Amino acid sequence: MVAPAMDRTVKTASATQKLTMAKGLNMGLRAAMEADPKVLVMGEDVGKLGGVYRITDGLQKDFGEQRVLDTPLAESGIVGTAVGLAIRGFRPVCEIQFDGFVFPAFDQIVSQLAKLHFRSQGRVKMPVVIRIPFGGGIGAVEHHSESPESYFAHTAGLRVVSCSNPLDAYWMIQQAIECDDPVIFFEPKRRYHERAQEVDLSVPPQPLFSSRVLRQGSSATLVCYGPMVRTCLDAATAAAEDGIDLEVIDLRTLSPLDLDPVFASVRKTGRLIAVSEAPRESSLTAEIATRVQQECFYSLEAPVLRVTGFDTPYPPSKLEDDFLPDLDRVLHAVDRSLAW
Amino acid sequence: MTRTTSRPRRRREQDPTPSGTEDPEVLLGHYRRMLLVRRFEERAGQEYTRARIGGYCHLNLGEEATVVGLMAALEPTDYVFTSYRDHGYALARGVDPGRVMAELFGRATGVSKGWGGSMHLFDVDTRLLGGYGIVGGQIPLATGAALAVAYRQGTEVVLCHMGDGATNIGAFHESLNLASLWRLPVVYVVVNNELGMGTPVERSSAEPELHRRAAAYRMTGERVDGNDVLAVRDAARRAVERARRGEPTLLETMSGRLRGHSVVDPARYRTPAERDRLAQADPVARLRGQLLAAGVLTEQAAEALDAEVGQVVEAATEFAEHSPHPEVDTLFDHTHATPVPGETRRLPADPLFPEDQ
Ligand SMILES: Cc1ncc(C[n+]2csc(CCOP(=O)(O)OP(=O)(O)O)c2C)c(N)n1
Ligand SMILES: [Mg+2]
Repeated sequence: MVAPAMDRTVKTASATQKLTMAKGLNMGLRAAMEADPKVLVMGEDVGKLGGVYRITDGLQKDFGEQRVLDTPLAESGIVGTAVGLAIRGFRPVCEIQFDGFVFPAFDQIVSQLAKLHFRSQGRVKMPVVIRIPFGGGIGAVEHHSESPESYFAHTAGLRVVSCSNPLDAYWMIQQAIECDDPVIFFEPKRRYHERAQEVDLSVPPQPLFSSRVLRQGSSATLVCYGPMVRTCLDAATAAAEDGIDLEVIDLRTLSPLDLDPVFASVRKTGRLIAVSEAPRESSLTAEIATRVQQECFYSLEAPVLRVTGFDTPYPPSKLEDDFLPDLDRVLHAVDRSLAW
Repeated sequence: MTRTTSRPRRRREQDPTPSGTEDPEVLLGHYRRMLLVRRFEERAGQEYTRARIGGYCHLNLGEEATVVGLMAALEPTDYVFTSYRDHGYALARGVDPGRVMAELFGRATGVSKGWGGSMHLFDVDTRLLGGYGIVGGQIPLATGAALAVAYRQGTEVVLCHMGDGATNIGAFHESLNLASLWRLPVVYVVVNNELGMGTPVERSSAEPELHRRAAAYRMTGERVDGNDVLAVRDAARRAVERARRGEPTLLETMSGRLRGHSVVDPARYRTPAERDRLAQADPVARLRGQLLAAGVLTEQAAEALDAEVGQVVEAATEFAEHSPHPEVDTLFDHTHATPVPGETRRLPADPLFPEDQ
């Protein structure tokens, strides 16, 4: 029996550390591989090179080529093989190099990975994690800056999460690997190498499929995830200078959504702005708005507003600043909500 | 119909005359185009480092003989699809270097009006039907374009370029099967630089002699020295001729990538010995040496050519630099071909409309 991630809290003096998100993920993967020999890592250039973002750096050296597999360029093959491994009791962690490259594997994810537990009526479990660096802000282009999370959240049988900070990255990747359902794990690539944060690894993590209030406030609520969490926290800091007191909630789990903290917050503030880089149409922010207006109809002082990417393909780097939601756009929406 | 030939990997020792029967003007033309690709790509690398080019930027450095040889085998009416490593193909196809550089700079005068960038060059006039950033993405599309030619009983041919890594993705196999089954006028070209991003061919392809994969589809497969412009051109010509008769080919060209996978890759996985080997095989230096030895080119003429090509690249860069960025609101112009009712085209600074919720 493998000890759960919860029990892997660090009890020694090294419990506090400075971590970047990239380092947190790397350490989390390492801890999961140490705890359970059934955990395998596979993907393009994940072994010798350590992945394009070096998230799997050093793992092949330490765990061997059998557990950290450099695959050919074949996303469908990677994910399909992982499904087969999972049928036989392994816990594969697949790396997709960039968001836009997951689509050759989309068939395997939607048709097999998401459905096998149902189809086998529980006889096979699908503890597969698919790690996807996602979102923009790195000066890249189409295929390298996209936010495809809604496609996956729309598919029953999958679980979808996104980390927003180094400590969550460390724990969430371990918890995802431990989950007996397939988890699509979205990593905000532009936050990988941001300033390291002091973290305390002796504190047990909160459950994976739960959201978290990051900042208490009374004027309005910002709900966000992944790369937009930093943006929203910065917006809240800026708004505070104008006497506007924003509450910020990091969703962390995108499917299933954990909206109870959001409902509680909206009952308090009366206003909600949902922030995401993804295009707007039929997106997660639409789902959030629907559920909030159902649950909090009498508490709402303004319609739920959204700050999102546009319903266009992702633009080239020189124009991405015009595309991505930023602090100004978030504050602009806050103003509109307050002025309603 | 199945013919799979295996040429030796090692290039021939420098033979003084590339081909005794070749018209000197033609040779000089090939050399000039190779030089243009070389200088253009070197400049693109520099401009990228200076942050005047954004996104990702994959260069054809080391592949000049392949690029020029392949394009020399085509008629202007033929079609070309490429991977994201596409700059040289556009240049050799005759697209104005200024419009290519402007696209890399993301300017409105670029071949894709600045909205495509380095990986997504597109030029209908020269029938360059796109560079593609998804590995293997172009292969089924090229196959479809060939089907369109066959359907209309046309005489055009489609050339589909890809890297070695791309032969491991399903779309490659699906496409080759279709093309052979339906006898399509298409030439698939695998530019084998022996590396995907950092993974060597032997570690990613069960049949590392990639041209042999053609056998699975009863297609002709051929391997050629990608550093030899005439060898590439002649092999491509044979393939194009077959394609016009409805016989697709898988042509594999062998050449080294002189730099990293993209401009940002320092290629640390390369040993000094490998670097030396690559420098030795440099196709531009090799042809230059051959042409000088054969008396087709004099030192003086070579220098003049250097200067001329240098100026073309300089002018292209200046053109790019002084071109306007696309207007931000043109972002919304071409997502759909037909108007979308109620579509929001509002940008952050625009006036507010109540429907924007
Ligand atoms: C479907 C897909 N998966 C992964 C990538 C990331 N990627 C870009 S280029 C590349 C290596 C391709 O190698 P090869 O086909 O040999 O072409 P080369 O770059 O050597 O010309 C990879 C893995 C991608 N662009 N598309
Ligand atoms: Mg290659």
